[in-house]
Amino acid sequence: MNGDYACCEGALSAGCRFFAGYPITPATEVAERMSRRLPELGGIYIQMEDELGSMAAVLGASWGGVKSMTSTSGPGFSLMMENIGLGICTETPCVVCNVQRAGPSTGLPTLVGQGDMMQARWGSHGHYEIIALAPSSPQEMFDFTIRAFNLSEKYRIPVIILADEVVGHMTERVMIPPEKEIKLVGRRKPKVPPGDYLPYRPDPDWVAPMANCGDGYRIHVTGLTHDERGYPGMDEQTQAQMVNRLIQKIVSNTDDIIRTEDIYMDDAEVVVVAYGISARSAKQAVREARAGGLRAGLIKLETVWPFPEKLIRDVAARARAFIMPEINAGQMVLELQRCVGGACPVQLISHFGGSIIHPRTILDAIENAAASKGCMKNKKVPVRRTSRRSDRRR
Amino acid sequence: MKYWRKPLDLENIKASRGKVVIIEDRCKGCGFCVEYCPRDVLCMSQAFNVKGYHTPAVIDESKCVNCHFCEALCPEFAIYSIEANEMTEDKPGRARGKDKRGKA
Amino acid sequence: MTSKKAKKTLPPHPMEALLRSERLPHIWCAGCGIGTVFSSVIAAVQKSGHDPDKIAVVSGIGCTARMAGYIRLDSFHTTHGRAIAFATGLKLARPEIKVLVISGDGDLLAIGGNHFIHAARRNIDITVICVNNLNYGMTGGQMAPSTPFGAKTTSSISGCPEEPFNFCYLASACGSVYVARWTTLHTRRITNSITEAMQKRGFTFVEILTPCPTSFGRRNKMGTALDTLKFYHERSVILNDIDPKDAPVDFGSKIVVGKFVDTERPTFLDNYQFVCKTEIGDWPDFNGTAVPEGQATR
Repeated sequence: MNGDYACCEGALSAGCRFFAGYPITPATEVAERMSRRLPELGGIYIQMEDELGSMAAVLGASWGGVKSMTSTSGPGFSLMMENIGLGICTETPCVVCNVQRAGPSTGLPTLVGQGDMMQARWGSHGHYEIIALAPSSPQEMFDFTIRAFNLSEKYRIPVIILADEVVGHMTERVMIPPEKEIKLVGRRKPKVPPGDYLPYRPDPDWVAPMANCGDGYRIHVTGLTHDERGYPGMDEQTQAQMVNRLIQKIVSNTDDIIRTEDIYMDDAEVVVVAYGISARSAKQAVREARAGGLRAGLIKLETVWPFPEKLIRDVAARARAFIMPEINAGQMVLELQRCVGGACPVQLISHFGGSIIHPRTILDAIENAAASKGCMKNKKVPVRRTSRRSDRRR
Repeated sequence: MKYWRKPLDLENIKASRGKVVIIEDRCKGCGFCVEYCPRDVLCMSQAFNVKGYHTPAVIDESKCVNCHFCEALCPEFAIYSIEANEMTEDKPGRARGKDKRGKA
Repeated sequence: MTSKKAKKTLPPHPMEALLRSERLPHIWCAGCGIGTVFSSVIAAVQKSGHDPDKIAVVSGIGCTARMAGYIRLDSFHTTHGRAIAFATGLKLARPEIKVLVISGDGDLLAIGGNHFIHAARRNIDITVICVNNLNYGMTGGQMAPSTPFGAKTTSSISGCPEEPFNFCYLASACGSVYVARWTTLHTRRITNSITEAMQKRGFTFVEILTPCPTSFGRRNKMGTALDTLKFYHERSVILNDIDPKDAPVDFGSKIVVGKFVDTERPTFLDNYQFVCKTEIGDWPDFNGTAVPEGQATR
């Protein structure tokens, strides 16, 4: 099936029963499949009048206790920003799938881009942390959507799936595991009676139990800066406590949230860091580089936000060069440069959108980097792929 | 009240009698209750509450018929009327919407 | 003769149970009509007999929208203009909850206009209470789609150059099944209208004109809030069951109030279940367990 359909099926497997969306190329197929499948499962599909309404409806349904999602692309993602901010501030679990296309503005509606990476992190006003995943195949669209729902429910935050047009529209085999093997996570419910419940008092892991609307807790939920009762508080102290909680919730749990896939990384000297469709091109390039005797490796980012800072710093201590392919003018490479901290050169391979990055381009860059760093070509370099995910649990 | 003849059930009908309760510290002195009380029970007093507003005062409580209009009109939930002989905390019919916190 | 702060022997305010009294005094100005509307809303909630645990209040941004923070029900203070969209999602996720959208004229019908007309068209089963103070009060009194032609506001110091909406006409044209307009003076009628609107299935709309002495009234020589109420008293005319097209809010001559529309139409969920041949029932509990048998993909 194609990537968009796989995203839809992943959501349904995760228990999503509400979808509010608006058609936009290249994410329309997610909505179309949802409109067909949700009634079969007793769910509701509503096509709202715009993306602003879609995001608001998704938040409303989530407070009603139902797992909800929406899908969009660049222009719609921009429209949803205010309500994503509301979702973050009110700590509402939901999933937003952004199937990126080339921008800015209307751009190239049917062609690939990866230019929304920083927008996912910083797009809404104010300061906050976000979780974003970047699938690179229809199989990963399925798996990562389930993971996105689990993360959003566990951490009470909107999770963004940063796919791209090629991944969304490519058709590949998707293995759907039996129901029993799909592990789902639900939101933490309050264990105290309504009189004692504080909607925003966090547990030790910085996440507060969530009472849904209609459960009898008479909650007040607001986008204004609020205290643990949920009531607005117009002072610096309330602001500090609230924003700190929103940030710590993610920053303290990065071990659980961040996932990467290490490919040929055991002895890699030239490290390619990539995500999304560019990771597919990079994998091909790294395989050919290995076949040619170079010690190249690939870190495929599955979680792009929070950025795997610790991993990159560790790798930077032993690698000789970094290469990052992206289909934008250089967004995630800024994070990579920051984390590498000058330990070794970081090269950006990019173009502005419209097609994927050819593996040949990345391979040339690997060879140049290796040559300039004096990496010897060694015929005995292991070619059989060693791939390790950074966390052992699937 | 002048009747052109005495109503047949005059002995049976009792006009309700009310007592006005004013939560002075909530009042912001808008004057709605004073103006629209149908029995002219209230007037604006010269006293100030803690916020510096003039609060209403009852002129003649015997005229109050417990119509609850002051209660309905007040934007501050600062005034309400109760049955004239109502002095207990528990009143059936009033304790509607007792919430889970146990507050009446 | 005056009773002081409620002594032990006196019962509390009858609406205390539905007020977040720990947050009083509220932020609205002295004489602001929103407080009266709030009182009428609580009276309607009590009168309707609905379980308060199953009533939700959704609002946007603005003076009226702050009501969500003072009412002791499940309440959601969302982003500017998106209250109706949020309420749509909430209602569809939990159809058994009665959803009230309480917000101001700018929030619901300017920035939120698009969501308003579509929710009315779809006949989402929510009750929208629009408190119309003729301007954007929270930000200091700018002109709004409800500002009468020629009225002075901070963003139209020579007079508003735009004709206002007739909100009731708009609601009725978009398919609302219950449309009423009152002023804050008509407290009991507001309560009755809201109670009827809550009991009705479908998109119901109640518009309430209120004084705004600080922002609008002061700049348009309407005097104090009490003077505005007297103005409403003189100028309002109750005409029930007329076409909202013929029910303008004309400050020069008369303000037509009343219950204009009261019809029936299938709601969004009725139509959805009919067309998709599906039944929206109890949602399965997905908390921490795998998708139940028979409900996975394929």
